[in-house]
Amino acid sequence: MQDILFYIFAALTILPAVALVFSRKSVNSAMLMILSFIGTAALFALLQAYLLAVLQVVVYVGAVIVLFLFIAMLVGAGSPKLAKRDFRNMALASGVFVLLSLFGIAAIAKTGVGTDALPVSPASSAANFGMILFTKYQLAFEITGFLLLAAMVGVIFISKRPDSGDTTTEAE
Amino acid sequence: MDWMYLLIVLVKAVVVVALVMAVAGYAVVGERKIASWVQERPGPNRTTVPILGSIPVVGWWLRRMGFFQLWADGAKFFFKEEPTPAHVNKLYFLVAPVVAFVPAMAALSAVPFGQYVGSDGVAVPLAITNFDVGMLFVMAVSGISVFGIIMAGWASNSKYPYFSSIRASAQLISYELTIGLALLPVFMWTGGTLDLFSIVREQGGVVGGGVFGLPKWFICIMPVSALLYLVALFAESNRLPFDMAESETDLVGGFHTEYGAFKFGLFFVGEYAHMTLAAILFSVIFLGGWSIPFVSMDAMPVGLLGAVVSVGVVFVKTVILMSFIMLVRWTLPRFRYDQVMDLGWKILLPLAVVNLAVYAVILALVEG
Repeated sequence: MQDILFYIFAALTILPAVALVFSRKSVNSAMLMILSFIGTAALFALLQAYLLAVLQVVVYVGAVIVLFLFIAMLVGAGSPKLAKRDFRNMALASGVFVLLSLFGIAAIAKTGVGTDALPVSPASSAANFGMILFTKYQLAFEITGFLLLAAMVGVIFISKRPDSGDTTTEAE
Repeated sequence: MDWMYLLIVLVKAVVVVALVMAVAGYAVVGERKIASWVQERPGPNRTTVPILGSIPVVGWWLRRMGFFQLWADGAKFFFKEEPTPAHVNKLYFLVAPVVAFVPAMAALSAVPFGQYVGSDGVAVPLAITNFDVGMLFVMAVSGISVFGIIMAGWASNSKYPYFSSIRASAQLISYELTIGLALLPVFMWTGGTLDLFSIVREQGGVVGGGVFGLPKWFICIMPVSALLYLVALFAESNRLPFDMAESETDLVGGFHTEYGAFKFGLFFVGEYAHMTLAAILFSVIFLGGWSIPFVSMDAMPVGLLGAVVSVGVVFVKTVILMSFIMLVRWTLPRFRYDQVMDLGWKILLPLAVVNLAVYAVILALVEG
């Protein structure tokens, strides 16, 4: 039962993700992304990490994709143009994908596939999750926060640059 | 044994969906009646059926109260022609009403409607399922329904629905933050649990003493949180004064301009299902759920009677709250769009942050 569910949810995660990359309409891509995120959430739930599963839906489906759609619709209002296929970028992306996959396979080959799951998933309850996040993974947590801050500053800088045209100033 | 469990869950789900659909359906009639009373007119009072309607006093009263109106409206939706405009994106156009409606029902699966205290004195939640992150689950699932509006607006391929879906997405982003921040003090108070059943159990008893005693409901302990959450719920369920997405004076019908017959009916029932969900959630989180004022949780009746009483109490609170939501709709005029954004970002969000900080300090002092 668990195995069958795993394959179903894995397919739900990967197939829309592949379709997303090849889709040429931004709204279609966003909708496929929702499916993919819901598949990821289901995989988390299968691992009994219910908090992560729910947060995945709250944050990504409930907020991030809504924001994507908002921007896609606002910017793409007048011009329903299809994105051009850019073969150089496709080659670059494929190269990165192959490299990362090789890296992952090498890592698995070195350590072996971990099949022994923990008796109780650390992320099963909110309290456990918070406790681990602020003790064992404090450093990673802080670094992630710092990266997000840097990204935010970058976005504000790009959107406020006077010579960048007025495509983003309407986004209020 | 496994199949037995599945069957029980299935039966529970069917009962919950049937009951909530009935409440949501009659909320439509209730809304029309309340609107008519606010505007000093009788409201729906003509529809009747052959046998039930001719019972001497009761039949007359049911007709005057518009009891049969819902049956007529429902049947009408079934028998109308299904129009699908030629210029729409067929797939999204078909899926959108379903996406708008189903999440409200799915979210109900984690909401406790009452409690059953067995002979061993242990309270069991009356819910389809109850788990540790129940509150977050409800938020996550009910938030998906905005995609119904966004998809409908985009698929309709026409100007007014398009505006509507842009507005709906901006509004969701603005008010989702307030909801989260307004609820955080409640979770801090209950010791970090996100489980709705424990949140209700926490609210039995009295806070203060003597003539100043108040029920230990979160609306009494955290009035600001309750107000913020209530306002954000109005915005999330697209009710007036926040129904920017539908706003018929400037957007014709908003996202459902191109919809008719049963597909429109799904949007319509979806709105009332969301309102029912919002009312149940507010009564469970802030109005003490099934706790009766000034009666401690342990003094509640037990057994089957206790279960009926607890569900009844939640039902009464939900109906009162829904009537309040309807009364507000027919009392306040609609906000302008920029006022909605200002209220969300410049008033509610800062207030929610300050509220959170104040309760964090209070709790640290109390516990430290």
